[in-house]
Amino acid sequence: MIPLQVVAIALVGLGGLAVVAARDPLRQALVLGLYGLTLVSLFVVLQAPDVALSELVVSTVAFPFILFTALAKMRDRR
Amino acid sequence: MSFLPYALAAWLFFVGLYGVATSRHLVHLVMCLAVMQSSTYVLLLAIGYRTGKKAPIFTSGVPTKVGAVDPVVQALTLTDVVVSVAASALILALVIEIWKRSGKLDPDALRKKET
Amino acid sequence: MSRRARLGVFGVSAAVLASLFVWALTGLPKFGDFQGEYGRILNSVAGSERHVTNVVAAVVFDYRGFDTLGEEFLLFTAVMAVALLLREARSGEERRTDVVRSDTVRAVGLFAVGPTVVVGLYVIAHGYLTPGGGFQGGVATAAGLVLLYAAARYRAYRAASPKALIDFAEGTGVGAYAAVGIASLIAGSAFLANVADLGVKGTLSSGGTIAILNAASGLAVAAACVLIFHEFLEEVMTPR
Repeated sequence: MIPLQVVAIALVGLGGLAVVAARDPLRQALVLGLYGLTLVSLFVVLQAPDVALSELVVSTVAFPFILFTALAKMRDRR
Repeated sequence: MSFLPYALAAWLFFVGLYGVATSRHLVHLVMCLAVMQSSTYVLLLAIGYRTGKKAPIFTSGVPTKVGAVDPVVQALTLTDVVVSVAASALILALVIEIWKRSGKLDPDALRKKET
Repeated sequence: MSRRARLGVFGVSAAVLASLFVWALTGLPKFGDFQGEYGRILNSVAGSERHVTNVVAAVVFDYRGFDTLGEEFLLFTAVMAVALLLREARSGEERRTDVVRSDTVRAVGLFAVGPTVVVGLYVIAHGYLTPGGGFQGGVATAAGLVLLYAAARYRAYRAASPKALIDFAEGTGVGAYAAVGIASLIAGSAFLANVADLGVKGTLSSGGTIAILNAASGLAVAAACVLIFHEFLEEVMTPR
């Protein structure tokens, strides 16, 4: 295993832990976006550019958008 | 050392599962579910990987002698990534409806029935 | 059951599941040593059989096209359920106004909307030649619309994505995918078999039905994402 793969795997592992450990949903949404980027780097290192493209476009645009709008909606009444 | 990607898949799965089980906010739960889903992507791609080979794209000018990794697991994973966003949007819509009806977002507080 | 008892049960069962899981993972072939013949055969024949250079796109839309049909319908059902849940209670309520106060955001954002949509369409169109495809490019095209909302007023976003058109586009995309399968049946072959002219490898006119299915799924995914974003945005914009 080349060192690049080891580094990418370590980053993904730390990112996953960070997503679960962040308890405030707003901060966690940002950490989830960064976790998606670490996943993209792992997918590229595992020679899967198609999967990396779809994960990139999903975790930087689609997922944060629905999370932020849902959180903004639910912040009103409180 | 070669067990590391599979160990990563197991680690992500159980970290996400712990987050889902001990969550105190429904949106936090949705994000831990996303971590669990990503563990399956890592497992699939790690299974299909072949050492030293390249991506399965054979545009002209790329030497074909070096071989490629398995394309079938990549095909399974890439449709899965996009469709899981739609499924998570459905779960978030349900969470919004729950909040509209009860005003609470804590799974434990939702367990007590209010008559 | 109290929370502590629940977590105790979870801890025990998670420990059992984790040990079984890790034991099962040790039975997999060594990392980097995948022996599956199906992928190896596909890599060597997909270029000459279907005249495409992106073997993953050939697998998604041709060799395993039936699975992608299922995924498309999954997407359609999820989007329909989101619309059903969030649309019913929202008739005629007044909407908030939103103002983008920063000129930089407005200028850079509006300048970037066009290139984003063009890049998204490019990724869809070249999906069977280079990495990309209907799924990736569809979400990227929908991202251009999100940028329109972020940079301009909400009214501009609503003008650019009329609800009837997006509903129609979503249904057309998914239906076109199934219609191509039925057309293959009518042409005398199996469901979703590649019966169109295969064209010249390496150009945009190659792949036969792969190109048509790619475009249909790009349309379906883009419309689905715009619909989801639209529903969530409407939720935020109508305060209760």
